[in-house]
Amino acid sequence: MPSLAWKNKGSYEMDQFVINLIFVGGSFALYIGIAIWARAGSTADFYAASRGVNPIVNGAATAADWMSAASFISMAGLIAAVGYGNSTFLMGWTGGYVILALLLAPYLRKFGRFTVPDFIGDRFYSQTARLVAVISLLVMSITYVIGQMTGAAVAFSRFLEVDSTTGLFIASAVVFCYAVLGGMKGITYTQLAQYVVLIIAYTIPAVFISLQLTGNALPQLGLFSTHTATGQPLLQTLNEVLMELGFNDYTGNHGSTFNMVLFTLSLMIGTAGLPHVIIRFFTVPKVADARTSAGWALVFIALLYTVAPAVGAMARLNIITTLYPDGVQGEPLAFDNKPDWMLNWERTGLLRFEDKNGDGLIQYYNEANPPQRAIDEGWEGNEMVLFNNDILVLANPEIANLPGWVIGLIAAGGLAAALSTAAGLLLAISSAVSHDLIKSMINPGISEKGELLAARISMAFAIALATYLGLNPPGFAAQVVALAFGLAAASLFPAIMMGIFSKKMNSAGAIAGMIVGLGSTVLYIFTYLGWFFIPGTNMLPNTPDNWLFGISPLSFGAVGAALNFIAAFIVMKMSAPVPAEIEALVESIRVPKGSGAAVDH
Amino acid sequence: MSDKSTDDYWKANVRIITICMVIWALVSFGFGIVLRPLLAGIPVGGTDLGFWFAQQGSMLTFIALVFYYRGYMNKLDAEFGVEE
Repeated sequence: MPSLAWKNKGSYEMDQFVINLIFVGGSFALYIGIAIWARAGSTADFYAASRGVNPIVNGAATAADWMSAASFISMAGLIAAVGYGNSTFLMGWTGGYVILALLLAPYLRKFGRFTVPDFIGDRFYSQTARLVAVISLLVMSITYVIGQMTGAAVAFSRFLEVDSTTGLFIASAVVFCYAVLGGMKGITYTQLAQYVVLIIAYTIPAVFISLQLTGNALPQLGLFSTHTATGQPLLQTLNEVLMELGFNDYTGNHGSTFNMVLFTLSLMIGTAGLPHVIIRFFTVPKVADARTSAGWALVFIALLYTVAPAVGAMARLNIITTLYPDGVQGEPLAFDNKPDWMLNWERTGLLRFEDKNGDGLIQYYNEANPPQRAIDEGWEGNEMVLFNNDILVLANPEIANLPGWVIGLIAAGGLAAALSTAAGLLLAISSAVSHDLIKSMINPGISEKGELLAARISMAFAIALATYLGLNPPGFAAQVVALAFGLAAASLFPAIMMGIFSKKMNSAGAIAGMIVGLGSTVLYIFTYLGWFFIPGTNMLPNTPDNWLFGISPLSFGAVGAALNFIAAFIVMKMSAPVPAEIEALVESIRVPKGSGAAVDH
Repeated sequence: MSDKSTDDYWKANVRIITICMVIWALVSFGFGIVLRPLLAGIPVGGTDLGFWFAQQGSMLTFIALVFYYRGYMNKLDAEFGVEE
């Protein structure tokens, strides 16, 4: 197991460990306290917090629910590595909320049920449609939750010096406490607390770094401000140093514009189709609150998402400045002079240097396009051989020489991001099992108490499954997010949207659409990434010249959604029209009035 | 409430949704990606306006759109008497 960075540094080590323990332990005590306070007494409590959540609170809870370990830890690093090209994540993961707010959330709230398959099953008057929706939901939510559990385990092992198995068990136990006990009610208020923890943890180092580099306290403005050290705009400086080292410039577009559009669109409609996000909008009292709540969710998400690109660009510049203390034409940093944070992170295995030409200096440049200087001076390859994107956010406080409590805060923030998303996913999974499978399909006569018990047992099973998969990750953890977004985009999103915006869409059309969307997306992803992501089983190499019309498998969700719509309309034309009562149902969900009456069923 | 007014309410809703979604697409897919070369001449802090839209402006516009739609619909709900 990677040992702790600060562990090897005399008295500093103990202090940092104690600080991390205080921050993480304190935040956990808070979550468990909330769980005890917010116990669920009914299925309405458990599935939808009795629809009594303030819209602004729900906005913050939605933001925490949505922002996972990937947003908190990985996203700034992804943007830093590519620059402009990875703006797709920023636009895609926020643009989905416009779709949610305008096209889905208010109507689903008006419909007034507890789960996404509930809507699809009732609107398309078909148990088959319900079952297809349950299967899509389970596949995407389970794959998504694996990433959260492993993320939490890694954060534990790095910051609290426990091995990742122990870390995973601690994380599971904490989630078990508030999710099984409190259901949606407990999850909502812990997510609110987790949002506060994660946004503070993310913002503080970013503000410090922006001040250091540009003198501007707002990272969003700092990104476009003057770099104090060079007296020219920060991004211009970054472009120049990158190009002098043979890299692409930061602000230019170096990929396919077509895939950028398609990938952004896939992320947007995938976001809008994720059940664990949609069910958060079932917790507010009124339809108008669902609209308000989506706006606040976007505000709270944008607080992190507008800071992330600044963190990415500034950290990238900071790292280059560290490696070339006298400018990129000057002498590179000597191996003997590496700052502590580099030594610390080398021990985690996420950062690696190699003195290829044996001169004791670190030459960092693009080997594929070596600058003139590398040729003249006979450099023998890029000597920062590994820089894992995840380091960027986690090491940010150390890179900027911030005090130890900021590091403790980052530890608590990373865990808050992973656990809040895990809890939301687990609720989506357990309600699909207890409500859609047991109550709606297998045993409709189940009592309220029986269903609540079933919900708690399915939650416990879901946590056990997530823990097991976290301990034995199926080796494709990196690709599963693409699969989850692809499935959400291609199966659930079109079905829900047609259910609201078309009175004529019938069960045969919707089922055909979901199966075509789901099937084509899975097939396309497996063709290039291997069957069930097993390496070596892909039928075509995953390179742009093999892609159908140049479409990347990660971008296919939008195409799958289009195929879903087309298949649904063709089959609809050939099959029996919708019954009159379903047309009436669609009319009723289109107006806010009367949502109170539909709560119980 | 008559069917006529439900229809009108829905038409007005679809109209404002369409307008908002056009703006949604314009700031992200348009200014942020496809139309970026057209905005290359407008400098913003060491880069151009398209880059700013891709990393800041689109997100800020999204927030404005959602709150605008919320306000518009609250008024529309009241106008048609369909609010809760």
